[in-house]
Amino acid sequence: MTNHPDPSTLIGCPSCDAVYLARMPAPGERAVCERCGTVLISTRENAGLHILALSVAVLILVIAASFFPFLSINAAGMANRVSLWDVATSFRSGVLVLVSVSTVLLIVLVPLIRTALLVYVIGPIELGRPPLRHARDAFRIAQELKPWAMTEVFSIGCAVALVKVSSLAHLEFGAAFWMFTALSVIVIVADRYLCSWSIWRALEEADNA
Amino acid sequence: MKTARDMGLVTCTGCASVWPDGTDRCGRCGATLRSRHDNSLQLVWAFWATGLLFYIPANLYPMLVTSTIVGTQSSTIVGGAVEIAKHGEIGIAAIVLFASVVIPVAKFIAIAHLAISVRRGSIQSLHGRQHLYEVVEFVGRWSMIDVFVVAILSALVQLSVIASIQPGPAALTFALSVIFTMLSARSFDTRLIWDSLSTRNEDPA
Repeated sequence: MTNHPDPSTLIGCPSCDAVYLARMPAPGERAVCERCGTVLISTRENAGLHILALSVAVLILVIAASFFPFLSINAAGMANRVSLWDVATSFRSGVLVLVSVSTVLLIVLVPLIRTALLVYVIGPIELGRPPLRHARDAFRIAQELKPWAMTEVFSIGCAVALVKVSSLAHLEFGAAFWMFTALSVIVIVADRYLCSWSIWRALEEADNA
Repeated sequence: MKTARDMGLVTCTGCASVWPDGTDRCGRCGATLRSRHDNSLQLVWAFWATGLLFYIPANLYPMLVTSTIVGTQSSTIVGGAVEIAKHGEIGIAAIVLFASVVIPVAKFIAIAHLAISVRRGSIQSLHGRQHLYEVVEFVGRWSMIDVFVVAILSALVQLSVIASIQPGPAALTFALSVIFTMLSARSFDTRLIWDSLSTRNEDPA
């Protein structure tokens, strides 16, 4: 490596700080850090289009799933069914307010915001238009929100809840439960298509063009 | 193998771009640039201790308070899992125990191990520790299962006198414990693991 390479031609491993000359791998290939094994670049054909399609599906499903019941209960002739909207608005005691607010935040709002940000950033790139205002901030925030989007954890939570009160009452999954299960799968697939390096480079090129 | 620091450069942890040392903000993604997060370990320990502090009442106080015609019954995390197991649902009981007991405890130990070994400048099993960190980051969120279950049940099971479920104080402290351990893990700068390698190489003591 030369003494003073142009930093814009380099890529640094965020996990171990090793530096490489950046070269876009062929579609379907990945660039992996030699030292620590972190995936640096992972390209897939039509990744942007896939992410967009999956993101639109996520947006529709999250909104719909918030209002349909995800569980219904039946005991001694009395019945009840709840949607996430009910969880959010069922403030009963001091503790419950915080627990239900954080539940709705992690299951509905964070995934919703993150997906909307991704559409905002990737949409114009895919359409060959210049990035929208603050697209870079939007993408950075979307990446930071990733660990706090917990849709798939909630699906398992529903299953545990069903078993937990099975002695007390009869519980049944509602439409929203199946939507959340589908959502979990879609989110995982969409994240596999998401290559942060490719998107940053596309944003940079679009701005320089 | 050269690191950005060796070359007088700084890597952006947000977007992997490389900048000359002394640059404040990444010109590509706008993240704050730091060659190493100097106070990384301090932050890790602060969040770690807070998480541990909230984990203690989370295990002592009830998670759920169930009222039925027969009476009121409160159950802790472990107590709840034991009840599920008594109903014959060993699999679900195992998931609950794993998510609320095994994962949190293992996480506390793993993060402490990472922070201590970095402090000592250990060069043992660098890959192993990098993997350990990735696993800790990945599994952290799954501990929220029990909190979601409480939120679901206390909204759903409201059948006047027949049965009603209220969240106990442990639901909140457990959620806080999970959130603080996630923050602790995220504050850890994995580059510190690999730094011990370059300091040892330069200084053959």
